[in-house]
Amino acid sequence: MDFQALPNLAVRSVGFVLLSLQKVPGSTIVERYIRSSHQNDPIRSAIEFVLFLLFIPYLTASSYSTKTNFLDLTEDAIDELVAEWTPDPLVDPLTELEVAMNEKQLVIVGGTGPRCKLTNGCTVMNFASYNFYNFAGNEHIKQNAIETLRKYGVGPCSAPQFYGTQDVHMETEAKIASFIGTEACILYAHALSTITSVIPSFAKRGDIIVADKAVNYAIRKGLQICRSKIRWYEHNDMEDLERVLQKVTKESKTLTRRLVVTEGLFETIGDTIDLPKIVELKLRYKFRLILDETWSFGVLGRTGRGVADSQSIDLTQVDMIIGSLSGPLSAAGGFCAGTHDVVQHQRVASTAYTYSSAMPAILTTTARETIKNTAVMRAQIAKCDWVYSTSVPENPMQLLVLKPDIIKGHDLSIAKQEQILQECVGEVLANNVLITRLKSMPQIQNTTVREQGWQLQPALKVCITTGLAKKDIEKAGVVIRQAIAKVLKKRMSSKLALPNGT
Amino acid sequence: MPQRFPRNPFASSPDTAVVIPPSDKPTSRRPSTSKANRLTQFFSSSPKSKEQQSAHQALLSAVAAQQQHLLNNPSPHISAPSLSLPTISLSTAKAGEANMDEPPTTLFQPPSIAEAKRQARVDAQFGPLGSQNHRYVSKHMGAELEEPIIDEPPYYYLLTTYISYLVLIIFGHVRDFFGKRFRPDHYRHLKSANGYAALNSDFDNFYVRRLKLRIDDCFARPITGVPGRYITLMDRKTDDFNEHFQFTGTYTETLNMSSYNYLGFAQSEGPCADAVEETIKKYGISAASPRADAGTSDLALEVEDRIAKFVGKPSAMVFSMGFATNATSFPALVGKGCLIISDELNHASIRIGARLSGAMISSFKHNDMGDLEKKLRESISQGQPRTHRPWKKILVVVEGLYSMEGTMCNLPGLLKLKKRYKFHLFVDEAHSIGALGPRGRGVCDYFGIDPAEVDILMGTLTKSFGANGGYVAAEKHIIDKLRATNAGTIYGESPTPPVLMQILSALKIIAGELNPGQGEERLQRIAFNSRYLRLGLKRLGYIVYGHDDSPIIPIVLYNPAKMPAFSHEMLRRKISVVIVGYPATPLISSRARFCVSAAHNKDDMDRLLAACDEIGNVLQLKFSTGIAGGAEHLPDGVTPEMEKEWQKANGLQGVVKPPRWSLREIIANGVQDVKQPLR
Repeated sequence: MDFQALPNLAVRSVGFVLLSLQKVPGSTIVERYIRSSHQNDPIRSAIEFVLFLLFIPYLTASSYSTKTNFLDLTEDAIDELVAEWTPDPLVDPLTELEVAMNEKQLVIVGGTGPRCKLTNGCTVMNFASYNFYNFAGNEHIKQNAIETLRKYGVGPCSAPQFYGTQDVHMETEAKIASFIGTEACILYAHALSTITSVIPSFAKRGDIIVADKAVNYAIRKGLQICRSKIRWYEHNDMEDLERVLQKVTKESKTLTRRLVVTEGLFETIGDTIDLPKIVELKLRYKFRLILDETWSFGVLGRTGRGVADSQSIDLTQVDMIIGSLSGPLSAAGGFCAGTHDVVQHQRVASTAYTYSSAMPAILTTTARETIKNTAVMRAQIAKCDWVYSTSVPENPMQLLVLKPDIIKGHDLSIAKQEQILQECVGEVLANNVLITRLKSMPQIQNTTVREQGWQLQPALKVCITTGLAKKDIEKAGVVIRQAIAKVLKKRMSSKLALPNGT
Repeated sequence: MPQRFPRNPFASSPDTAVVIPPSDKPTSRRPSTSKANRLTQFFSSSPKSKEQQSAHQALLSAVAAQQQHLLNNPSPHISAPSLSLPTISLSTAKAGEANMDEPPTTLFQPPSIAEAKRQARVDAQFGPLGSQNHRYVSKHMGAELEEPIIDEPPYYYLLTTYISYLVLIIFGHVRDFFGKRFRPDHYRHLKSANGYAALNSDFDNFYVRRLKLRIDDCFARPITGVPGRYITLMDRKTDDFNEHFQFTGTYTETLNMSSYNYLGFAQSEGPCADAVEETIKKYGISAASPRADAGTSDLALEVEDRIAKFVGKPSAMVFSMGFATNATSFPALVGKGCLIISDELNHASIRIGARLSGAMISSFKHNDMGDLEKKLRESISQGQPRTHRPWKKILVVVEGLYSMEGTMCNLPGLLKLKKRYKFHLFVDEAHSIGALGPRGRGVCDYFGIDPAEVDILMGTLTKSFGANGGYVAAEKHIIDKLRATNAGTIYGESPTPPVLMQILSALKIIAGELNPGQGEERLQRIAFNSRYLRLGLKRLGYIVYGHDDSPIIPIVLYNPAKMPAFSHEMLRRKISVVIVGYPATPLISSRARFCVSAAHNKDDMDRLLAACDEIGNVLQLKFSTGIAGGAEHLPDGVTPEMEKEWQKANGLQGVVKPPRWSLREIIANGVQDVKQPLR
């Protein structure tokens, strides 16, 4: 009887448990869920039950820090560490060169121009400003600026997305766009920040950028701040570019944005690019092209429209053109020109910030005058045994570097070269000609993986202007040549024999 | 051109009146100030309508304006800038005073039409001061910086805000779904075509395409002329829901509550503009070279010297753009192995600069000193991640005044922590320089703190000085190092001579060297205007963010649809305001922002308050309890000491009545109440 009663009892007690469970609110839902998930498959239910059991300790477990390598310290220990910690000074002490640079900083009295007065009373011929066309002193432009001042005041006092867009900005944008022949254009308040801002507004994480190894500082910063993959190609080496593009296309499986970034005239070397070849390659491998024309806009081409103009390339082939208004145009700010889509996107995604400065709206002066003057200067430089120019003949900004055999022969480090060139600048200045040195950002703190692989070649920078007559330029060329020779001879004779040929 | 703004009958009521006498009916009395106000506003309409104005009207209004100037002659001690120049004084006083040496009979002689027009133009850029009473000294009282009182909105508004966004997003997706199928041309830039990846990411672009585009007519409104007290908008219309705009060719002159023209230096006339004109003639327009090459002029050095003296640091350097100042100076200060602890609401330029520097970045809760201390303790004790090596240095970065919140940094609190934790402090005074402090020298001045205690003071020259660019001020060796290692000096363009001169003359005016008394007037006017408007808005029932003395006054709107509605309603009343929504603010707290200027006067503030009163009712924006605006005044004859007894006598003990003020009361009591602590 007992044996018979046992199952009976079990059934009854189970029934009781189920009944009491049913009284628990929400139990019907659980029951329905179990029934539906059971699906005549007890193993399935068993697995779910095990998972449920595992879930309970997970829920009840105490929370823990996700930081690995976290030291658990008592408050006292922290206090002690805080008291012990001595931070570095905010800035490192100045290096010798930096002190010299700051001390020798030239101060111009009055406005800049082809000839300018320094604080020491000398009037020098100015070969250091980007005032190629001498627009800085143009009376017509000055008059325009005064009229604008009287209508608009000086600062716009607001961001363009709020109430800082003035009609002059829109006019200027339209004029630039029609001048270079793109659909649209957007103005930025600062030339250096333009490309640094344009690149990250398009290139996002996962995108690929192929850049020339010699691109300028602003582009480097733009590349650093965007989170895309960066691939470099050898400076102006079209075969290497093709190799990189091929490799990138082969490697990446998903279709991401791909960009080629290069300069029209290289700031650090002075040479130009083979735009037709780059355009051909970018079209073949389906890349977009960002062309930084900071130094070529207003300089190259029959009408000053930049490198595309000089090499007869249809500008619609270049996706984005970045230019500067602060150099040859003697105004301020920068711009990015491209299609409507390109520009519209930047208005939202980029840190555009416009500036109300009167600028010559249409650049009508041709570059012919400057090129003629440049040729005169080059003729002088060619006679010099110590340096040579890396710039193309059309570039009014001539960069002079020490000849490789001299560097090799005397084992000159970069810092040594910079020192020598700085002395040259001083020597030239003593003869009342103002030139400058190509300056590199000190590599003290910010060298990241992305930046390595390119060492700036120290150089002298000579900027030619139309504001000076041919005779003056010739004279200045002689001065520069002789000064360089003098400095280098002095340097070398103290240690080694002169290089052959002098 | 019909003037559509509401006429405020009791604008600029006598300042002596604490409580409006019962007989003072708004309609029966027209104080002379109000008349002048209307006329000036009428007068200062766009050039087009000016032409149409009859000479007679012009004459009449000119007489009234002239009388007004003389009656109210606010700053008798200010001397005219130069009597020989046909230029214009910035404050009305001088217009009257120009005639001072003539026989008194000529005082009321109507000026010529041209003269009246010119005066109207000047007034449109910089409003006349109604009364000497409308000034206040911006200075911190007491030791601790208290958090502003912020009411929580009713849940109804929070919930509807979330629902609104949900509806917007669903609608957006539905439109995208059909749009992509039937109008593929419009989605060209979002699709990969031809082997090219999409120019923009579809997901990133969704917000712009489907939410911002709806209210795009409230953004980037083009302007012309000077963004002074009034701002002239170029009217535009759209046929395709804000995708493209067409200009109608007409202009609207609106009250400018949108520009960062704190001290009212956005002027095309007056001593600053005259100096700038001279500079253009003498120096040309551009330096055409980076600072390090041949871009350093004597003018630049003079400005740097001035700025250093102004902010109270031994040395300073100027840059040609405020954004670039931050973006290029951080890399020169910190690098690998350093830590930047930045306020979570810091401006984008600080973030970019910090990222460019290569230092580790961590952030603390906005203005929360407790959280900062926690972060500091943790980072100092833990050291660098993984290696546990101690940090080389820690740079704490804050802003003096936050442009979207209207809050100031808690400088006393920060300095207390600085003593203990030995970090370096970087204060970005983009908005606070010129706008805060009894001498306009920023947060240090406001809190009465020696600037030497802050390591680096950075600021912009775009805002208060009506110029362009930025500066960094610090110890001499720091600036020397910055000069040598900073990309802005080596590659960036130099500030142009006209801009430098604008800065220089603005600084001279503030310091009282040029037009003595005027700088002080500007500083005190902005302080008064800020407090007056803020108090008024709080008392109307708006939830207002920020500290009392800050000239940035954001009011919270919550529901996204209220953003365009508020902007349109304000535009209808000829007031231009800035509205800000997600992503510049948290999703729910979209807001409208008023930027107060020294160029405004009390009449302008009253006009804005009247507009806010009406719009607030229509749009249901008055959700605060009113506590922030202070308790109501006690009845006549009851002093604060007697308050308890009075409450007992009237059976009001323990009753806290949420204060609600009518516009009339606000305007009547505002001038008095801003100058004393609230009850």
